[in-house]
Amino acid sequence: MAAASGPNLLAGQLVRFCGELREEGLAVGTAEILDSLAAVEQVPWSDREQFRGALAATLAKSQEDRRLFDLVFDRWFFRAAELEAIERDREGAARGEGAAGGEGDGDRIDIDELSELIRQAIADGDDARMGDLAQLAVAAFGRRGEGSGVVGVDVQRIRRSLGLTPGSAPGAGGSEDVELDREGVRRFESHLRRELERELIERTGKLPPARPLADLDRALPTNPAQDLAAVHRSVAMLKRRLATLGTEQRGRRRGRIVDVRRTMRASLETGGVPLRLRYRPKRPRRPEIYVLCDVSTSVTSASVFFLSVLHALHDSFRKLRSFVFIERISEVTEIFERERDFTKISERISRDGGVADISGYTDYGRVWLEFLEEISADLDPRSTVIVLGDARTNGRDPHAAAFARLTERAGRTFWLNPEPRLYWNYGDSVMAAYEPHTTEAFECWTTKHLEHFVDVVARP
Amino acid sequence: MDGLEESRSALEEAGYLADDATALVSHLARRLDKPVLVEGPAGVGKTELAKALARATGRELIRLQCYEGLDEAKALYEWNYRKQLLRIQAEASAADPDGAAPGDAVMEDIFGEEFLLTRPLLAAIASREPVVLLIDEIDKTDQEFEAMLLEVLSDFQISIPELGVVEAQTMPLVLLTSNNSRELTEALKRRCLYLWLDYPAVEREVEIVRLHAPDLDEQLARRLVEVVGMVRELDLKKPPSIAESIDWARALLLLGVEQIDADTFARTMSIIVKHRTDLDLVAERVGMRLPAAPRAAAPGDAATAG
Repeated sequence: MAAASGPNLLAGQLVRFCGELREEGLAVGTAEILDSLAAVEQVPWSDREQFRGALAATLAKSQEDRRLFDLVFDRWFFRAAELEAIERDREGAARGEGAAGGEGDGDRIDIDELSELIRQAIADGDDARMGDLAQLAVAAFGRRGEGSGVVGVDVQRIRRSLGLTPGSAPGAGGSEDVELDREGVRRFESHLRRELERELIERTGKLPPARPLADLDRALPTNPAQDLAAVHRSVAMLKRRLATLGTEQRGRRRGRIVDVRRTMRASLETGGVPLRLRYRPKRPRRPEIYVLCDVSTSVTSASVFFLSVLHALHDSFRKLRSFVFIERISEVTEIFERERDFTKISERISRDGGVADISGYTDYGRVWLEFLEEISADLDPRSTVIVLGDARTNGRDPHAAAFARLTERAGRTFWLNPEPRLYWNYGDSVMAAYEPHTTEAFECWTTKHLEHFVDVVARP
Repeated sequence: MDGLEESRSALEEAGYLADDATALVSHLARRLDKPVLVEGPAGVGKTELAKALARATGRELIRLQCYEGLDEAKALYEWNYRKQLLRIQAEASAADPDGAAPGDAVMEDIFGEEFLLTRPLLAAIASREPVVLLIDEIDKTDQEFEAMLLEVLSDFQISIPELGVVEAQTMPLVLLTSNNSRELTEALKRRCLYLWLDYPAVEREVEIVRLHAPDLDEQLARRLVEVVGMVRELDLKKPPSIAESIDWARALLLLGVEQIDADTFARTMSIIVKHRTDLDLVAERVGMRLPAAPRAAAPGDAATAG
């Protein structure tokens, strides 16, 4: 490639790369593209991590963005490597195998050499190199047409043909006496697996040239062990936003109401002439909130998230009562108020909640009836009811009328459904029966959805 | 300070151990003249980075601490109206004893640079020497203030209606820090490079602690950082920052402690944990896991403490 076309070529590639980022929902403007071009000129192109860092600093402007950026970056460069490998093959065939073009790295590496390099990388514990080598290995085996298409099988197949057995000394070459430790091989396997999975995505996603990252890839982290902290971080952010919302309203002169009693009292100073008007202080709306949270197995993954939302809400609203339900309903306000530790709360709820009866399947109808009976006297137009659940009744009577009565008594009713809107009313979901009675129903399976919802609730 | 490695070692000399991303972004910021938005949990050294950059580049540090209700009079500039008033009176009594209104000349005069009180942003822009400008905790301000910053950050200039546009004499190195307590506007983010700082890995934090408490035994430093890491894992109101690890290390040095056992931890943990509820939680979760105090060490400890 001619040197003169270098910058233009790079610019074109970058613009296309940014295009992919945009498709994944990152806000990448022309200004960012220009910045990123300027930034990559400042770092050596040969260092992939620095190149990635320079791009990320200019293109990904939040942690969430950075996560997506890394996914897209890996995808992009995997494809680039593949493309290059194919092109080199073609060139090689045209030139004839023996033609030495003067550049060593253009040559294809044979399996023994590759195996030796991988051993070295494992021994050094060099993760970046392992990743590169895994990519090479996958590309090499892909060309030999030995892939079975099943990731797990292929990982083992590649590992075996590279002769990487934990504890073994290198075979024929024998130049070095590095013993492969189990841990290192396992790490390399995970690299292989990643590459294969990525390749699989590429292969199956051939029709659209680059399959968008599955929405669920960036949905809420749902595995409690995996990333509860991430959920908490975002909820903590919401909490602070809720806390400051009230102050924004203060000091606005619009819609103030004259407090007659205080005005009269103040007028005594001026001999009974009401010179100064006194206004009623405008208090931010502190709604009474009733939260009903489904904790059955069909929403297991979501309920961890929902419980942590509840947890955070309890810190921000004084008048908040929470209930969990499966077949029956049970108030857990007290547990939330006493315990600060999240894991303890979920333990206690599963132990003392007493919400599962016989089957362990959700019975929405019965829950409404019980809720009406216990609580409805307390509901008034100032109260807000929030239901967290998937509206899957397992074929039982939805008792929409009871729900309607409940929503009539409460001022506002919101429904947060952890399933994408697309799945509502499929199978045993009876969302359609409830939705007309709610003030608004939301799908809520990412933090973005949650933020949107909080904006609505906190609106005065 | 040209290459990437040079910027890293300059930061290190200034007492800041930067990781790859930090070194890269601060290098880029200098080369591209772009402001940097630094986000991360409290106490990971965001502000310290700005100070270290100032030391490393030998520039003056100008700091603007943000808070709710910060306005342009406190951030940009303000007219020194007392001085203006004096000038008008002096002018009026000297030139025209008949008491006629002061002329246009005075009007023009009193909106000159000498009547301008410079606030941090204007000071950074107008400085003749290149400076490091730190806009700390930008997330504490209102959105309106962010909008006002845009002119400064993208064009490095400030328009003063009465005076005209003040352009930067030299390119300041700008750092904005945020604890992520609210989303910043897209417009602001667009103008900045982004850097996410997180708690450092164990190795790096050991280095940092040893840098600031050089007399501390390496083994002890490692143990200390591990314990702090354990504390950070818990769901606390305020997880311990790097500065607090350093404080703790210094305290242990003062007490002459050789090993972190349950007893020492109980006595000194208030240095890293600062909430009533957190204290209970940490004592229960972390304190229990530490080895009990060995018999021999107890009298020695008591002596140093007393």
